[in-house]
Amino acid sequence: MTEPSTWEQILDYSNRANPYPLYDELRRRPVTRLADGSYLVSSYAEIAALLHDPRVSSDIGRNPAAAAAGASVGDDGDGQGMTPTFLSMDPPDHDKFRRITMRHFGPPATPGRVAGMEARMTEIVTDLIDKMAGPSRIDIVDDLAYPLPVTVICELLGVPPGDEQRFRVWVDVALQSTDPGLDPETQQKKRAEAGRELRAFMEELVEAHRQAPGTDLISAMATDDGPEGRMPDGQLVSTGLLLLIAGHETTVNLISNGALTLLRHPAELQRLRDDPDLAIPMVEELLRYEPPVHFVPFRTALDDIDIAGTTIPAGASLTLVLAAGNRDPAHVTDPGLFIPDRPNNQHLGFGGGVHLCFGAPLARLEAQIALTAFASRLKNPRLVTDPPPYRPSPFLRGPSHLLIDIDGITS
Amino acid sequence: MRLVVDLTKCQGYAQCAFLAPDVFTIQGDEALTYDPVPDEAQRRRIRRAAAACPVQAIRIDQPDRSEGARHPDGTPGTAAPIEGNGGSFKRSGRIVIVGASLSGLRAAERLREEGFTGSLTIIGEETHEPYDRPPLSKQVLAGSVPSEDTTLPRRREIDADWRLGVAATGLDLAAKQVQLADGGRIGFDKLLIATGVRARSWPNAAEAALAGVLTLRTREDAATLRQLLARRPRRVLVIGAGFIGCEVASVCRELGLPVTVAEAGPAPLGAALGGVIGAIAGELQIENGVDLRCGVRVVSLDGDATGQLCRAHLSDGTTLDVDVAVAALGTVRNGEWLAGSGLASGKWGVACDAGCRAFDVNGLVTDDVFVAGDVSRAPQPMFGYQFLAVEHWGNAISQAEVAAHNMLSSETGRWPHLAVPKFWSVQFGTEIKSVGVPSAADEVAVVQGSVARRRFLAVYGYKGRIVAAVAFNQNKWLEFYEPLIEQAASFPPSFHHVDEPADAQPVPARFQPAANPTQDATVVVTGHYPNERRARLTDRRLP
Ligand SMILES: Cc1cc2nc3c(=O)[nH]c(=O)nc-3n(C[C@H](O)[C@H](O)[C@H](O)COP(=O)(O)OP(=O)(O)OC[C@H]3O[C@@H](n4cnc5c(N)ncnc54)[C@H](O)[C@@H]3O)c2cc1C
Ligand code: SF4
Repeated sequence: MTEPSTWEQILDYSNRANPYPLYDELRRRPVTRLADGSYLVSSYAEIAALLHDPRVSSDIGRNPAAAAAGASVGDDGDGQGMTPTFLSMDPPDHDKFRRITMRHFGPPATPGRVAGMEARMTEIVTDLIDKMAGPSRIDIVDDLAYPLPVTVICELLGVPPGDEQRFRVWVDVALQSTDPGLDPETQQKKRAEAGRELRAFMEELVEAHRQAPGTDLISAMATDDGPEGRMPDGQLVSTGLLLLIAGHETTVNLISNGALTLLRHPAELQRLRDDPDLAIPMVEELLRYEPPVHFVPFRTALDDIDIAGTTIPAGASLTLVLAAGNRDPAHVTDPGLFIPDRPNNQHLGFGGGVHLCFGAPLARLEAQIALTAFASRLKNPRLVTDPPPYRPSPFLRGPSHLLIDIDGITS
Repeated sequence: MRLVVDLTKCQGYAQCAFLAPDVFTIQGDEALTYDPVPDEAQRRRIRRAAAACPVQAIRIDQPDRSEGARHPDGTPGTAAPIEGNGGSFKRSGRIVIVGASLSGLRAAERLREEGFTGSLTIIGEETHEPYDRPPLSKQVLAGSVPSEDTTLPRRREIDADWRLGVAATGLDLAAKQVQLADGGRIGFDKLLIATGVRARSWPNAAEAALAGVLTLRTREDAATLRQLLARRPRRVLVIGAGFIGCEVASVCRELGLPVTVAEAGPAPLGAALGGVIGAIAGELQIENGVDLRCGVRVVSLDGDATGQLCRAHLSDGTTLDVDVAVAALGTVRNGEWLAGSGLASGKWGVACDAGCRAFDVNGLVTDDVFVAGDVSRAPQPMFGYQFLAVEHWGNAISQAEVAAHNMLSSETGRWPHLAVPKFWSVQFGTEIKSVGVPSAADEVAVVQGSVARRRFLAVYGYKGRIVAAVAFNQNKWLEFYEPLIEQAASFPPSFHHVDEPADAQPVPARFQPAANPTQDATVVVTGHYPNERRARLTDRRLP
């Protein structure tokens, strides 16, 4: 039997708690060719260059590995009958659909929307922490990191409170199916099932909002005709699901990874208590140090690309290992140290180029508010298990539960 | 508080506009404008914006900034001998910077960052602390930012002796002294020349003196023009369609004012981008209601009995009733004060080597005189060692940093200034951005996007190599082309990529042919024996 490759070890669940030494090993060769003919890129400069390289396509339909896996990871977990979203398209279509979606979410047309949610986010966090009264054992994932982003994204999209219970199950299935460790057939089956349910759920929601529009994003997209026209219904359903799922799954990990990191660095936790604004640069450092999205899979080379001494041939599938690039010593000094106020912090936490994470501003604000409250209000928080249990995905990586004991909360 | 965004870095990700929407605004797809002096109450949001910027382009001033005390008038000094050891110069040397604007300030900050603790004097003709010019033709004219709110934020304390409101009038290289308009002299061990350029005024002095006729370079110019626009003139005439002229026309349309642009060449931005891409900029103007007239010169300007501009006569025989005329005719380099100093300085600027060290008139490099920013002309190894003057914001900063570093370095520690030139401009909600030197090209090809949609990227080639790329609302791809320029990649690009236009064939870029080179010859050589041979600057045109 041959040794498992570094990449196989990274995908292996037993290394989920600390994949970083494996990323260091991977980075010794910035570009690695895997046995299936696809390529991994793990150094900062090369990843950053490829994110801006027009020879790299995000069109899922062009990707051999996605075809082999029978679906698209990034989207929504369903390969069948689901219209691709802008996430898996190239310009000019990508730009157009992203713009149509952005019209209701941010600048230039709706500049104040995210900043305007700050007060509401603070209110949600306050309520969640108020519920932790008394000395107790809490689960940061279930009690804070999950409910905050879910409530925020549901309110933003116009998903009725309560429906979250319904889609949570399907989302879990869909995400587990993105685990490259599973065999493709099982992945595909699980995904198709969950995808059908999710799609039906969103179709219903779009229709309901079209009949009785509210001030939410789905209502706006379903009824508003901007200068570039309305989004076709199939596209609207997949985009709604993309925003719903990507809009919270990653933020859950950002907040729980953040809480875990702070508990492992008590001095930094104290600094945050003393200066709540430290949360602003700290979230950027977390996005670098413990990013919620570890790699961007299924990009395709449209031409031969010479990079770091390797030629990636036209047609090859590429995976950009963001988490490895973030700790590249050629780009960051002391990459393995958590330095909350690291100056000039340019990281790959949200990707880059035209596909830079659509929800980044929302995630940043939620994480800053949640971690500030976490530091200032929980009395004497102590980790119960370190490392905590992790969710299965190597790609959207974070604890499944994060148990801590506290002596109570401050008001 | 004060802030500035390095728009040469900005890729239009809009993270700042999401997180601090009262301060940062996105126009169109990706053109960023901002309030450089926002309310203190916005500080937290601005910190969020600055932290979130993926390219770290936002600079906020240091809150504990304390201004270096003004020293009493210094007594004229003589050159202190510099000990061979750079360490002692770093501790107690004397540096004088002439020109208190973008590159002067950045050089001063950099000197202190690199540990220079000696005396630092900054001489500036304007009475203001260093301020930022790009907003003058954008936010300031549009009325969203008062002209006095353009003071540049400080990255650190510089503890300098500021001599503002006094021009340098001469340079005595042998005595190592700068002469001032107030009669004073200041001695230096090392000197940085950062006097920039000024606007070329309307050539007819009497007409230029009419009320309503002006140029746009300084804060005062911008404040005056803003006032004139706020009075809603019947029509504004922009003379010359370079970047400044096009931006003024854009703001006029934003304000709903009728505007005519008269351009002698065949297209706007022709000198910078060539006729092909210039024509697209022209279409943008026409779509936005500008009365664009190319191939037309303004012949004369008429005033009424009160000395107010009222009419313009154009070379096509037409006349226009106008209340405001902006002469956007290019620039003149502020090098006159160096006349007779022995430096290679003239209307082309002050020549320097790639390490920003000034050349003397014989072509010898000086040791202690450095040049940075708009006034400089330096060889570009990437473009056949041509001496190029680059009048862009990013260049002023990067040259200032190289000059400051080299002032404090021994021979082996010096840096060459090899940054690829970059600029941006915002017109009619479109972000126009370039890397490289488009005007060095002979051909151009639109390689990404669509001209019809006004979102495209064009690559420029010279003799089969890529020399520049220009993006209209395609900011995020531009970074890809920079290394292609640095590495002399072949033109036209032949690879496959996303968003390929139907027709990406190169066409002649249509730059107007350069003026007859002998016209500019202003140096003659005299003497016979090697120890006598000298170059001499002259105003005489060669026959
Ligand atoms: C309206 C406007 C809009 C612009 N927009 C853009 C843009 O969008 N993008 C871009 O890339 N660039 C833009 N620029 C260009 C950019 O502002 C310049 O490249 C930059 O200011 C150059 O900096 P500098 O320090 O070399 O020269 P300057 O800023 O010109 O500073 C030189 C200073 O030296 C002073 N001085 C001159 N002579 C003397 C003397 N003898 N003694 C003492 N002091 C003296 C002057 O008063 C001046 O303050 C714009 C310029 C203007 C005017
Ligand atoms: S790149 Fe930075 S400065 Fe530019 S728009 Fe994005 S966040 Fe703002």
